[in-house]
Amino acid sequence: MSMTMFWMIIAMGVVTYIPRLLPLVMLSTDNWPDWAKRMLTRVPYAVLGALILPGILTVHDNMWFAAVSGGVAIILAYIGMPLIVVVGGAIGMLGMMQLLF
Amino acid sequence: MGLTAIESTGKKDSPYFKKGAMDGLSIAVGYMPVAITFGLIAGATGLTVVEAVLMSMVVFAGAAQYMALSMIALGSGALEIVLATFIVNLRHLLMSASIHEKAEKGSKGERALYAFGMTDEVFAVASTKPAPIRSFYVIGVAAVAYGSWVGFTGVGYYMGSLLPLILQESMAIALYALFIALLIPSIKKEGKMVIILAGMGGLFHSLFALFLSTGWSIMFATIIAVLLYEGLERVLVRKVEHEEADEKEEKRQCQ
Repeated sequence: MSMTMFWMIIAMGVVTYIPRLLPLVMLSTDNWPDWAKRMLTRVPYAVLGALILPGILTVHDNMWFAAVSGGVAIILAYIGMPLIVVVGGAIGMLGMMQLLF
Repeated sequence: MGLTAIESTGKKDSPYFKKGAMDGLSIAVGYMPVAITFGLIAGATGLTVVEAVLMSMVVFAGAAQYMALSMIALGSGALEIVLATFIVNLRHLLMSASIHEKAEKGSKGERALYAFGMTDEVFAVASTKPAPIRSFYVIGVAAVAYGSWVGFTGVGYYMGSLLPLILQESMAIALYALFIALLIPSIKKEGKMVIILAGMGGLFHSLFALFLSTGWSIMFATIIAVLLYEGLERVLVRKVEHEEADEKEEKRQCQ
């Protein structure tokens, strides 16, 4: 393992642990303004959007292969399939298109 | 004397730990496919098994670890990845604060221990218990969830190398399918708000990625999307309030 990778993982652990730890041993967010609490809870959705686009379109040389696989993932997730089925379905679709075309 | 203290503590706490461990099993089952997928993608991204398992042991945060993999794959710098991890996991401030209000006043050591395991899922299970939430209950939930997360990361890593090549090539979509699988239930639950936020996140990231590196682009896209949504909401809500006030005023004048 490279030293950069090792220290990056340790640092990721530290910056993840600090927000989990501080309120429990030091402070309370009772007096925080509502807008600050609200904005924090919205961060994951914006992050998910940024993680999906535009990255998903660069998965395969043919943009439509990834778009169709993404569509399969949306449908499977929408009908309430478990995580691994959604992931497996998208992989299966991309694999099938690679074999066929 | 010291031994007696430990024994009595053990007697008092072990039922809570066991109860927590039982409730933690549902999370362990839920984490299994996510951790296997993480281990698998970590291998495909070029991490060694030690790096993958160490990340699960030290970080213990699904979304941030997946994000780190996609950023590594895109060639982002270590500092960007650490900062993005910090931003993504900042939401746990609220969760820990909320648990803090309902938790028994255990020792700081106990609280510091379960703070490490305060993932979204551990929080969801623990925070729905009536107050006072016992320290060792949360420790039990977190311990079982953690065991599953770390263990199945290793299992997933080796399962990946057993898969046929065509499947491995198709695995590049897995990360994005997973994000979609995490996003869709939120949309079904929270509606338009999630669609608008995710849409803005994706749009701003697509724009910023043209002149910024991926890590900074994701961060700025996230911050601007959240700020803009808050701003839009305030303007629209205020507009509605004004319109209602105007209508009342008109009615009064008519009367």
